[in-house]
Amino acid sequence: MNTFDSITTLQAQLGDSILAVQRKSARRFYIEITPQALEQASHLMLETFGARLQIATGVDTSAGFEVMYHWALDTQNTIITLRVLVDHATAELNSIAPMYPAAEWIEREIWELLGIHFKGHPDLRHLLLADDWPAGNYPMRRNLGATP
Amino acid sequence: MTKRTIVPIGPYHALQEEPEFFKLHVEGETVVHLDIELGYNHRGIEKISESKTFEETIFLVERICGICSTSHPIACVQAIEDAGDIHVPERALFIRSAIGELERIHSHLLWLGLAGHFIGFNTIWMWAWRFREDVLNILELITGNRNHYGMMKPGGVRRDINKTDMPAIRKLLDGLKDPLSMFRDAVIQDPLIHARTKNVGILTREKAIAYGALGPTARASGYDIDVRRDHPHAAYGMLDFDVITCQKGDVFDKAVVRILEMFESIRIIRQCLDQLEKIGGPVDSNPKSVAAGEGIGHYEAPRGEVFHYIRSDGGNRPVRHKVRAPSFMNVPTNRETVLGASVADATIILAAVDPCYCCTERMAVAVDRNNGDHLLDARGLIRLSCEKTDRLMAETGLPGPSLPDF
Repeated sequence: MNTFDSITTLQAQLGDSILAVQRKSARRFYIEITPQALEQASHLMLETFGARLQIATGVDTSAGFEVMYHWALDTQNTIITLRVLVDHATAELNSIAPMYPAAEWIEREIWELLGIHFKGHPDLRHLLLADDWPAGNYPMRRNLGATP
Repeated sequence: MTKRTIVPIGPYHALQEEPEFFKLHVEGETVVHLDIELGYNHRGIEKISESKTFEETIFLVERICGICSTSHPIACVQAIEDAGDIHVPERALFIRSAIGELERIHSHLLWLGLAGHFIGFNTIWMWAWRFREDVLNILELITGNRNHYGMMKPGGVRRDINKTDMPAIRKLLDGLKDPLSMFRDAVIQDPLIHARTKNVGILTREKAIAYGALGPTARASGYDIDVRRDHPHAAYGMLDFDVITCQKGDVFDKAVVRILEMFESIRIIRQCLDQLEKIGGPVDSNPKSVAAGEGIGHYEAPRGEVFHYIRSDGGNRPVRHKVRAPSFMNVPTNRETVLGASVADATIILAAVDPCYCCTERMAVAVDRNNGDHLLDARGLIRLSCEKTDRLMAETGLPGPSLPDF
């Protein structure tokens, strides 16, 4: 399946859950989806398109926490990034680690550095920070050190 | 029920050059579970990067790891170039690939030496590191440094390869072929290495895919991925090379993949040098700014794909910089490969993914500036050692070993 077919399939299967499709360059696509559609979209990427999760990136923005899942289509020389916006107040997202062990460590990292709780993660504990790191103190958040 | 014991390896252990904590859960001699703890080396590089300019960021990521000290910069400059739509001159692309492949050879030789050391085959360790010196000498000739080359920048490379250096580079490169052939035969045909590494620490293709394994760790299991071929970058789309794969995924296959890859690297470097003698032009497009946007750069480092994501708001610093090294994906595969192994095999299995080490030790050769004479070299050190042994023998009256004549 080529890149165009993959994106058409995503659009057909996810429907209104796709909020925006951006073609940054010939080989880079950014697709914004709702947080609820993340598992279904990841399943399609993994099982139907044979994509490989390179890594996920979390960013703290004024609109919310942006979490990007970078998927490489190795046979198509393309990277598709699935982007979800997580509400600051809830800071919660479904884990894709149960279906894909490759996501386990990066979800632990995003949890401890950005404070997003991954529901259903099999082993959500500190990866890089010390075990006695103060709870609720997330170093990659913009308000780090600010008084609440 | 068999009693379960935890054998700790780390966080600081004589077998590890870097802190990492493996808790081996064992029943008798058999490993039944592995718990990996990281973070002893966490330096907050992604956060530091947000306070650096794009130019400074390259120097920062170069220091993530001493061995991959050009892989991270290549991925990082590609991310910046992707974000800002920056053009790179063709000549610079060939220089990037040449430096990248030299790094691959020295990294694989480093691993080969360590792997030999871990299974008690110290001759391999000594020889591998001795021939690694020649690769480092080529890098020193081109860049001025043995590691941390400072070559990459957004828009190109910082310095050209001099035409006058070409014969010396080719000579050193030609000299590598015989030692590498010796290693290939020594490892592939040695019955002791077979006994210690074949059918040991098997990673199946299915597990390699599930864990997102990368580089030689993936290719040894028949998972045929290589960013150089699958997502051509630098000059790789213009070069002819083969991607080496094996099928079984044991420690032996991982060694074979790395050894054969070094021959491909030599092929690639030769093609790069040929092209550099033909094409002229600048090596830097000298971009003045990075437009607002986001970009992804990835590069096939010796251990697998290095990934960098950069977001720019149009200023001179990244607002977000994500870095993922290949060991982040490869180290978790140990949880599968070490199961059922004996404690004695665990060391080489854990080392088979080539977790990233930083090592820049060297032996210096002092040269007299006036006449070029070697004041102290390897033979000189051995002579000093023999003389001291003689002196100690005379002082203690012990006979001592018979020594070679230098």
